[in-house]
Amino acid sequence: MKTTLTVNGRPHTLDLDPRVTLLDALRDHLHLTGSKKGCDHGQCGACTVLVDGRRINACLSLAVAHDGDDITTVEGLSEDGKSPLQTAFVRNDGMQCGYCTPGQLCSATAVLREVEAGWPSHVSETLEGPATLTRDELAERMSGNICRCSCYPGINAAILEIAEESTDYAEAAE
Amino acid sequence: MRPFDYQRAEDTAAARTASRAGATILAGGTNLLDLMKLEVMAPERVVDISRLGLNRITEKDGGLHIGATVTNSDLAADMRIRRDYPVLSRALLAGASGQLRNKATTGGNLLQRTRCPYFYDTGTACNKRTPGEGCAAIGGELRNHAILGTSEHCVALHPSDMAVAMRALDAMVEVEGEDGTRREVALDDFYRLPGDRPDIETTLAPGDLITGVTLPAPLEGRQQYRKVRDRASYAFALVSIAAIVRMEDGRIADATLAFGGIGTRPWRDPEMETLLKGERPSAALFAKAADVLMRHAAVHPGLEFKLTLVTRLLSATLEEMTE
Repeated sequence: MKTTLTVNGRPHTLDLDPRVTLLDALRDHLHLTGSKKGCDHGQCGACTVLVDGRRINACLSLAVAHDGDDITTVEGLSEDGKSPLQTAFVRNDGMQCGYCTPGQLCSATAVLREVEAGWPSHVSETLEGPATLTRDELAERMSGNICRCSCYPGINAAILEIAEESTDYAEAAE
Repeated sequence: MRPFDYQRAEDTAAARTASRAGATILAGGTNLLDLMKLEVMAPERVVDISRLGLNRITEKDGGLHIGATVTNSDLAADMRIRRDYPVLSRALLAGASGQLRNKATTGGNLLQRTRCPYFYDTGTACNKRTPGEGCAAIGGELRNHAILGTSEHCVALHPSDMAVAMRALDAMVEVEGEDGTRREVALDDFYRLPGDRPDIETTLAPGDLITGVTLPAPLEGRQQYRKVRDRASYAFALVSIAAIVRMEDGRIADATLAFGGIGTRPWRDPEMETLLKGERPSAALFAKAADVLMRHAAVHPGLEFKLTLVTRLLSATLEEMTE
């Protein structure tokens, strides 16, 4: 089936078997191997990408169902791999083997936006907001991304650092 | 995954026609694709309804109409849901992960299959997968299984959090039938008990399409969703409770209670609610309520803990909400 995916700003038209998942289309057809296949069942989060700005498990999604969608993979988070979030991961030792890192980065990018949009989480005391990214909030919101090396202290520190920077920035702007 | 034909429906009529001809409906796909990869489900035709414009939440008769493809994230974050139906927002946020909630839909959540590991394991017998084959779960390892509504053929439970809150809220499932007319179905009439055909989970007929869920006008009283699970996040409920409680002069005026993790469908017990109505809250009353709830429980070895857990969860929730 002819399917057009806009990936990291570039449109690609592919001829795909309906069985091809979005993850396999990205990795095997577009050779964007940043997104990883871990469990292939939506449990580990290594395949997390952004579709129209929202994080999803690319492994649990058919590519043909995303015809016309705008997809951002880890390769599209920055030109040089040195976005503030990416450098914060490096600075805080937010990885060991690195296999889950692309998914962690895409997921964290979305978490920061979700908090900014005031989305509550399971651990939020009130549903009415505003949302703040505490350590508990972060653990809950990132629970769909597993790190087998258990680098959670570094991952959390990196994301919290960026969240604080953007809060400082917003406060300074007010 | 087995090969299948993929079709994107242009409108609900096309989706119904395809469904009538045997196609499986695809919305978010988070459960369907999971099962197709394991070949637990192997549809020959799949019809995608994700772009039919069924993704809106609108006001209706003092309540809300939730389109079938509204995602779990959008529903949980909707300000009207957060303000007037907090039990639903809380239930949604207690389920799955951020990624899955962005893809999973309202209709799909209702139709998700059980997480019984024997249903997922094609190397074992399962009456839900292959009717008449037997049930490897009974006599096997039991944990995420039901103790109410079960039969000798199946002890699989409905794993949804969302549907439990909807059961408490008396939500109605809007179904577009074969002839295009829409009807509303209460959740207890929507979900079948397993009996000797656990493979047939709902009363939907071929050609029926869920187009939405309607919530009646908001109820007075406090609302809460509590969930007990094996880890703090991203796990199915061992036991959960959706509670709406209204107090009047120190007495329970109304207590609406729906349970997850114990029933073959989202569980509600009118007899238990009647018992609580008009009474002054006390530990003895709550214990009696739990006894009523559990009066028909069929507890297979390995699930005894659920009796204690449901009693404690019910008591703790009511104690807090009747203060």
